[in-house]
Amino acid sequence: MDILRFITAGSVDDGKSTLIGRLLYDSKSIMIDQLEAIEKQTKNREEGDIDLALLTDGLRAEREQGITIDVAYKYFSTPKRKFIIADAPGHIQYTRNMVTGASNSDLIIILIDARHGVIEQTRRHSIIASLLNIPNVVVAINKMDLVGYSQDTYNNIVIDFSKVAASLGLKKVVYIPISALDGDNIVDPSTHLSWYDGPSLLDLLETVEVEQYSNLTKARFPVQYVIRPQTEVLHDYRGYAGKLVSGIYRKGDQITVLPSGLQSRISAIEIGGKEVEEAFAPQSIVLHLEDDIDISRGDVIVASADQPKVSQELEVLLCWMGNKPLAEGNRYLLQINSRLVKSIVKEIQYKLDVNSLEKQFEPGTIALNDIVKATIKTASPIPYDAYAELRVNGGAILIDETSNVTVGACMIQ
Amino acid sequence: MMSKYRLDHLDQLESEAIHIMREVAGQFEKPALLFSGGKDSITLVHLALKAFRPGKFPFPLVHIDTGHNFQEALDFRDALAAEIGEKLIVRQVADTIKLQNLTEPKGKFASRNALQTFTLLDTIREFKFDACIGGARRDEEKARAKERIFSVRDEFGQWDPKLQRPELWNTYNGRIQKGENVRVFPISNWTELDIWNYIRRENIALPSIYFSHEREVLEYEGQLVALSEFIQREDTDKISVRRVRYRTVGDMTCTAAVESTASNIDDIISEIIATKTSERGETRIDDKVSEAAMEDRKKSGYF
Repeated sequence: MDILRFITAGSVDDGKSTLIGRLLYDSKSIMIDQLEAIEKQTKNREEGDIDLALLTDGLRAEREQGITIDVAYKYFSTPKRKFIIADAPGHIQYTRNMVTGASNSDLIIILIDARHGVIEQTRRHSIIASLLNIPNVVVAINKMDLVGYSQDTYNNIVIDFSKVAASLGLKKVVYIPISALDGDNIVDPSTHLSWYDGPSLLDLLETVEVEQYSNLTKARFPVQYVIRPQTEVLHDYRGYAGKLVSGIYRKGDQITVLPSGLQSRISAIEIGGKEVEEAFAPQSIVLHLEDDIDISRGDVIVASADQPKVSQELEVLLCWMGNKPLAEGNRYLLQINSRLVKSIVKEIQYKLDVNSLEKQFEPGTIALNDIVKATIKTASPIPYDAYAELRVNGGAILIDETSNVTVGACMIQ
Repeated sequence: MMSKYRLDHLDQLESEAIHIMREVAGQFEKPALLFSGGKDSITLVHLALKAFRPGKFPFPLVHIDTGHNFQEALDFRDALAAEIGEKLIVRQVADTIKLQNLTEPKGKFASRNALQTFTLLDTIREFKFDACIGGARRDEEKARAKERIFSVRDEFGQWDPKLQRPELWNTYNGRIQKGENVRVFPISNWTELDIWNYIRRENIALPSIYFSHEREVLEYEGQLVALSEFIQREDTDKISVRRVRYRTVGDMTCTAAVESTASNIDDIISEIIATKTSERGETRIDDKVSEAAMEDRKKSGYF
């Protein structure tokens, strides 16, 4: 059994909560006491039917307003897979929270109300899917019951969305007509939608290929911590602890430490205290090298044969998450995996209009939730891969050094 | 073809948790691991062994003892700390009550659960802890489902759910101002069943109260509470001896037992798969105060 992490974004009206409720309910992941608690709250608020949104919206402010403000993580499993749902807000005001949920997702479910078709929000969510390079996109065309299960309606939406997908370069897109409320095509195929011969949503979630398994070529190992027991018996023990974020390492492999460029060979690999011949992503391991060289937290150990780029100037797509505006010349800390360096925003080339996808070359003030193309200069070299090729070594965050808050997400080009 | 290089879900969760613990070690000066002797924090200790051996832990184990704990869990706590040779710091809620003239809660199941926060914050101040690793899981409760893995708290330990930092990829920002601290939850993405499957796979030892045993209990609103000196007895109490086990281990005053004959991990896992009640719903009396009980406690510094 493996894990699929996926994100659904939206608000109550989009049917997101009903969809999640349906997946949890049909996979028997909602317990009786939780259902009873929802029933009780529904009565408290003098409403009619059970409101499944109460199950997912965990904060008082969310329940009061009937909106999702921040990501909630929900869990269910079937005999085939464990699923982690990032249940995210869909509203533009909370884009940074949606980006948080999207950054670790293998798949995104974009919900479209069959009555309304492709709308502004659909385009915005698709941009985030593209920006964060979520490998799989499922377009769930919901509320088919309200359009008489019409194949024409479905086909028109597919045509409309295909244009969006093409303009954003979204590749693996699957369309499923559903009714979350009635359970059509959620777990079982729907008799109302006999013209559709694709998988049900759960079938798809259970079988879709998970990205990490294709990350086995470029060996990247950011050092988190150096283990040095300094006891009599283990006087010379020096192990580099970290997670192999991509690739495979074997004993004897030739490695290069970046950014220093020093070279050595792997003399031993440990996992959970046991020596192994090889390790692969995403295992947490301890590496030992043949030579005693200077390595500390923030260095990246890579395969000498296939190295990332190293630069002090990064071209990035940047999702701005700060409450104060972003401006050229601003200084931030930049963190990529365990590496933390000072940086400066050298230039802002353009702002991306999240509704029209147009590039605005005279962007004016860059505010919360804006997406821009920028050049960032760093105080010391950064080993990186292009985000589009290797997500785990191409994403960086910006931190405001005075408030310590995370204010930006950078997808390195 | 690639199947050789696939990690199953427990391996993935384990690797993620080890990565998070090592981030704590790499980013903080004075971290601590909150350890109660319950299954989740025992799992954390097991993960820390995998993350840091053959080195020592870069943090002590810290227990905030309400004085209402199960003796079996306390004995287990001491034995485990001794066995692995790591430092254990215990601070007593009773001492804080005396020192700060706090008011003991009253009532039949008077719980020191809320007072724990005072002792925790004092302990954080005493040792200048900048990060506290805890065994909370997001599947436990709907406010926990919202919390980041690195959760920044102000100097009063308060969680502000509307001001959470964005947390992208596996990049954790643990930078804080003086006086603030970070609560870190390495097993955020584990479910109750994942924990039990991992305990089985790794052959992790647990306190005996997790397994079926006979106990004198008081039946109260459908829940079975162990008889102890900490609860008020009345003549009308329905008391009986039952075969029970604990699904969670908290204070004797606010943790209920479940009827069970499960005497080994396999039986427990079968029970959990078959159960129709959630972990906290079945066993925690303290969550039932209101629909936002956990959110409110977190906002005021609770774990």
